[in-house]
Amino acid sequence: MSERVRGYALFATVALLLLVVAPLALPAFRLDELAKYLCLAIAALGIGLAWGQGGMLTLGQGVFFGLGGYAMGMYLKLHDAGGDLPDFMVWSGVERLPALWQPFGNPVVALAAVVLVPVAVAVLLGALVFRRRVRGAYFAILSQALAAAFVILLVGQQGLTGGTNGLTNFYDFFGRDPEAESTQRTMYFVVAGVLGVLYLLARQLVGSRFGRLLVAVRDGEDRVRFLGYDPALVKTVTFAISAGMAGLAGALFVPVVGIISPSLLGVVPSLELVVAVAVGGRYALAGAILGAVVMNYAKTSFSEEWAGGWLYLQGALFILVMTLAPKGAVGLYQQARDALARRRGASAAAVEKPGVAVKEEVPA
Amino acid sequence: MESLLNQLPIGLSIGAVLLLIALGLTFTFGQMGVINMAHGEFIMAGAYTAYMLQDWAGAQAAAVALPVAFALAGTMGWVLERTAIRHFYGRPLDTLLLTWGVSLVLQQAARDLFGAPNVQVVAPSWLNGGVTIGGGTLPYNRLFIMALAIACVAGIWAYQNRSAQGRRMRAVMQNRELAACSGVATARVDQLTFFIGSGLAGVAGVALTLIGPVGPSIGTYYIVDAFLVVVAGGLGQLRGAVIAALALGMLNSFAEFWTNASLAKVIVFAAIIVFLQFRPQGMFVLRSRALT
Amino acid sequence: MSEPPVRGAGRAEERAEAAMSEAETAGRAEAGARELLEIRGLQVVFDGFRAIDGVDLTVRQGELRFLIGPNGAGKTTLIDVITGLTRPSAGSVRFAGTELVGRKEHRIVRLGIGRTFQTSVVFEELTVVENLDLAATFRRPLWALLRRRRGVSDTVAEALETVGLTDLAERPAGVLSHGQRQWLEIGMLIAQRPRLLLLDEPVAGMSRQERERTGELLTTIAEDHTVVVVEHDMEFLRRYASQVTVLHEGRVLVEGDVAQVRADPRVQEVYLGRTAEEAA
Repeated sequence: MSERVRGYALFATVALLLLVVAPLALPAFRLDELAKYLCLAIAALGIGLAWGQGGMLTLGQGVFFGLGGYAMGMYLKLHDAGGDLPDFMVWSGVERLPALWQPFGNPVVALAAVVLVPVAVAVLLGALVFRRRVRGAYFAILSQALAAAFVILLVGQQGLTGGTNGLTNFYDFFGRDPEAESTQRTMYFVVAGVLGVLYLLARQLVGSRFGRLLVAVRDGEDRVRFLGYDPALVKTVTFAISAGMAGLAGALFVPVVGIISPSLLGVVPSLELVVAVAVGGRYALAGAILGAVVMNYAKTSFSEEWAGGWLYLQGALFILVMTLAPKGAVGLYQQARDALARRRGASAAAVEKPGVAVKEEVPA
Repeated sequence: MESLLNQLPIGLSIGAVLLLIALGLTFTFGQMGVINMAHGEFIMAGAYTAYMLQDWAGAQAAAVALPVAFALAGTMGWVLERTAIRHFYGRPLDTLLLTWGVSLVLQQAARDLFGAPNVQVVAPSWLNGGVTIGGGTLPYNRLFIMALAIACVAGIWAYQNRSAQGRRMRAVMQNRELAACSGVATARVDQLTFFIGSGLAGVAGVALTLIGPVGPSIGTYYIVDAFLVVVAGGLGQLRGAVIAALALGMLNSFAEFWTNASLAKVIVFAAIIVFLQFRPQGMFVLRSRALT
Repeated sequence: MSEPPVRGAGRAEERAEAAMSEAETAGRAEAGARELLEIRGLQVVFDGFRAIDGVDLTVRQGELRFLIGPNGAGKTTLIDVITGLTRPSAGSVRFAGTELVGRKEHRIVRLGIGRTFQTSVVFEELTVVENLDLAATFRRPLWALLRRRRGVSDTVAEALETVGLTDLAERPAGVLSHGQRQWLEIGMLIAQRPRLLLLDEPVAGMSRQERERTGELLTTIAEDHTVVVVEHDMEFLRRYASQVTVLHEGRVLVEGDVAQVRADPRVQEVYLGRTAEEAA
């Protein structure tokens, strides 16, 4: 029970920090950067769910992030163009609005697509792949290949996607100037709020029977079949949820950062996000969020000083984490806490036996 | 029709390069259960070997570089296996992430050593030109790459089937515990497999200098496709790797020809997903009864 | 007494049938009343090797059947075929009239067949209760699993009680001993409420004491379940078996009660011969 209270206390503290302290303490451009990290943290939360809880190492999360981002970007571009063709299409010599773009003129359709398109792609891929029991490293490789193919497709279809430049130069975000400080501030609160809500939902999912089933699928997919469940369904649902989160993250990223482009969602950015989750602690949802924020902050501050150095540092850090602390920062924290508890428990053992530990839920 | 015929050597030579890369991956994956993302950087090491040797060997650099690249990339693989990977046997996902860290470091090192822009290696003059058959041209450099791949596959086949050491490798791949019990020094076999597999990636890197410029991130470009070859061919399967690599190379080049480069990758990806519907474990599978 | 008046004739039979199927779903029909599992002309070929070569086998409702045979006789393969893990090259497996061949594993479980494995597989990260709860709730739709588990359901409590793991209920399954894991697996099987239980070498690797407990457990379960046990252990067989089927090289060699089977010279030759001292 105390575990649970402590969990809520921690959540409240972090919420206070993000919603009150950070907006007061940080200058506008730093707050904007934090909003960007929190967007990535939403996508990382999805990875934590799929990989940490479900054992699906998805190296193509950038695809879903991109689908959400482009859906949002397409709407904004069409809105800015006000009935004409978006600027980059004119430059590429496109004469008529492509059919693919037409539905995105409607904000409701576009906002729905932000989540539904990534979910649909994930369901299709998951159904095809998981049903045939393609898993583990095979799935990881396929998801990575998808990310590679997606980026090449985006870059190649200049007139349709804006090519390497992606979609940028937005002038109107639902009636407000996206560059204005007040808009950026509002967006920060929106992003932080979405992250908080999704975290609570994900936590609820992990604690539910479905969450237990997911862990069982992760640790013994074949055994789960003989308990009467279809692991492919469980995995597809989870993968789709994580894809939806990534899509939402991508859509929020667009007004916060002002661009969505292929270089943000290829093989490397997708892997970087996984790395962040691993560093933070893949088995805990909070670890995924922590990792995404810290790693991206480190990347920004380090790259400002010495661009190449970050790659060395990231590589080295990752080798160290994988060899010495595969459960990441959260794992280290838990280890330290347990060691402390043991030392304390040893002195108290004479008085009271630890007895049956009431394990309420996995730490999330 | 003419240009269609010209796609054939392009597809076959790309398939040959993919095969050289995939062989190392499929053996280390099949035998040790590790996925080596840094394998791509062994390709890069091979390519830069040819680049460096230009100063000394001039136009013959590519030819001279073949054995050197094999030894260099092989040694890099061996070192990686000894220092890091051997602690991660049977944990493919963890090795994937671990070796990606290695890959980042190696790429950045190459950028610092050789600069970020691509470099060009001058191909030996005897590889210029080609033979014309029935309206299509077979360039010598592409033929050379195919011959190189055939020689390497023949070598691997002979090694696996004719030498005692190679038979030990197959034994370990099929059943590690049993092989260990039967007195096979599995650790030695693993090291050798890693050396040979990584060395072949180095050879592939040299081959790539014959058909285009090379840069620090050349590995990332090919490694994804090479992994797809492993997936489609089946783990640790020489036959499977050969067929899958050639099929992938051909499909890629013809898809590029009929549509365009950006759609080709999507078509290849879709083709692999469809293929896995029929053969989820790849073309050839080692049967096992265990409930894993 | 408010049956629809339209159906006058044959009401008695109808009622009898309804009663029968009700008993069947509860898994409590009289022994010998009905064939629950019918295997006909089964063949399994692995890369040219005939693991099962024309097996016919019938298991009746309420029966406790032992499958024995030397290594490679095809016992586990037979279980694998019934549960959908292995596809036969020929033959049919019918369960309460439904063909099982070609169905997916989880569909077969949903029809009411549960099994354990030689090397027990339990979910180490989950607690004992969570393992059992998972086994008990598979009939619910997926969305119904989105709620947190509150307390312990009757089914789970009963299974805990039966296998004697109540004290360890909240411990992670990873800390259980080998014997306890086997019991947990049997508990999960009970929690599934299947109509047919298949146990693959439940006492392999157990201590004498653990075997005895498992034997008692088996007797309890067999009172109101149909059970097929694959076993190697002759002592265990002699103490707890009634009906025995002996497999040898993928065929059924002999079928009958323990005494009959043990007296059969063919069995002694292929199987008991090698362990004659033990079996005598």
